[in-house]
Amino acid sequence: MPVTTLLDREIHVDDEGFLTVYDEWDEALGAELAKQIGIEMTDEHWSLIRFLREDFKEKGETATTRRVQAAGGVPAKRQFELFPKKPAKKMAYIAGLPKPHGCV
Amino acid sequence: MRRLLVLGAGTAGTMAVNKLRPRLPESEWDITIVEQSDTHYYQPGYLLMPFGTYQPKQLVKPTARFIPKGVNLVKGEIDVVKPDENTVTLADGTRLEYDYLVIATGTTPRPDQTPGMAEEEWHRSVHEFYTYEGSKALTEKLKTWPGGRLVVHITEMPVKCPVAPLEFTFLADSFFKKKGIRDKVEITYVTPLPGAFTKPVSAKALGGMLDARSITLEPDFMIESVDNEKKAIVSYDEREIPFDLLVTIPLNMGADYVAKSGLGDELNFVPVNKETFLSKAHDNIFAVGDASDIPASKAGSVAHFAMDLFPDNFVRYVEGKEMTEKFDGHANCFIESGGGKGMLIDFNYETEPLTGKFPFAVVGPMPLLKESRLNHLGKLAFRWIYWNILLRGRYLPIPSHMSMKGKVPAKDA
Repeated sequence: MPVTTLLDREIHVDDEGFLTVYDEWDEALGAELAKQIGIEMTDEHWSLIRFLREDFKEKGETATTRRVQAAGGVPAKRQFELFPKKPAKKMAYIAGLPKPHGCV
Repeated sequence: MRRLLVLGAGTAGTMAVNKLRPRLPESEWDITIVEQSDTHYYQPGYLLMPFGTYQPKQLVKPTARFIPKGVNLVKGEIDVVKPDENTVTLADGTRLEYDYLVIATGTTPRPDQTPGMAEEEWHRSVHEFYTYEGSKALTEKLKTWPGGRLVVHITEMPVKCPVAPLEFTFLADSFFKKKGIRDKVEITYVTPLPGAFTKPVSAKALGGMLDARSITLEPDFMIESVDNEKKAIVSYDEREIPFDLLVTIPLNMGADYVAKSGLGDELNFVPVNKETFLSKAHDNIFAVGDASDIPASKAGSVAHFAMDLFPDNFVRYVEGKEMTEKFDGHANCFIESGGGKGMLIDFNYETEPLTGKFPFAVVGPMPLLKESRLNHLGKLAFRWIYWNILLRGRYLPIPSHMSMKGKVPAKDA
């Protein structure tokens, strides 16, 4: 499992750079990850990231766009505006969670 | 008397009662299965019917024929499960009590969930092939369609039989070639996934097959709506893909009563332990087949391997013992690639579909992730196996756990 250094901390990531250890994340790190993929974070962005973190703690899985819409109350259209092109993947990346699995 | 109630007599539910009846003494156990349809459909046939491989009547048999003696078949539509009272109420008011409940009501295409999909162009220029009616309508459409832009589209994962949309695309290519109008047809394959398939080895193989057939791939497409006036599908990031014929795989959802009963996730699939199928919320409810939320393909093959393990586990569980069998997510699928050939893939939760050979008992090794005539014949033979062996819970010599025997590891592929 690759290890990378961000904000002078050692962070465990997968091949695509998604964090693999839930507790290695905090919001400072989230802000850094957002910067890497060119997302400027607003309160609205953060509320989504916090929803994803809480939801993962409860369910053990990264929320999909549909779940963020149904349980998080943010329409898919808005998710695409906040995190252009690939919202589910980008949100997971910033939130330090595994990429949501598309089943085979 | 203890009562086992199974909801749904599709592939998983029918196999469950066939395997459980001999294991649970009739003097101690009452088994009831509820089904709303008089007809059992051979669903893999929906893919092939539009191209003339099957006639509609080859895909239907009476539901009752596959329910064994000693099991009560109740016809009815399920209204609600009350897990705290251990009861199920049907739409006609019938109330059924249970000690153990097995939910096997599968997944259903829901075009109503995408704005514009099931409106004026539905069954005109917008089609699907995941229902008997839909497949029949598409069969008629293809008989006279002169050509134009064919768009094959997946709304959102998970979908039942996730390779079927690709197979449909390959078969369509082959069908139009045979008709002599392939040069008049432009085929686009539109998927919410980042490639032709999720897993790297098969995405490479299958992506190459799209290229070789001059089929355009449009990845990462999350549909927002179908524009009936423009005849185009529109994504959340405002891409538009025009069509003359849209063959879409609508959003797949579990049954509505699952949601009404508070038993489902946001797609009405029942959250369960992925190795034992026991509900995460109720210790006397299981969900099997497509109705559960396990991260495996929604496919008859997965239901079949799961049903090799589930009955023995169930018997142990009701005796107060530990469930020792652990399902590994094994799936084994023939993929039609057109021109009388097919491919075979074999995989599970942990191992992606790989290349190599699959060691079939009796018929010998079959090539994996590679086109061959033998794989196509395997697919056709499967209809007989389904009606005569699988549904009736008889033994089929394929191990329920996936094996690496004959496979080429991903790093060497």
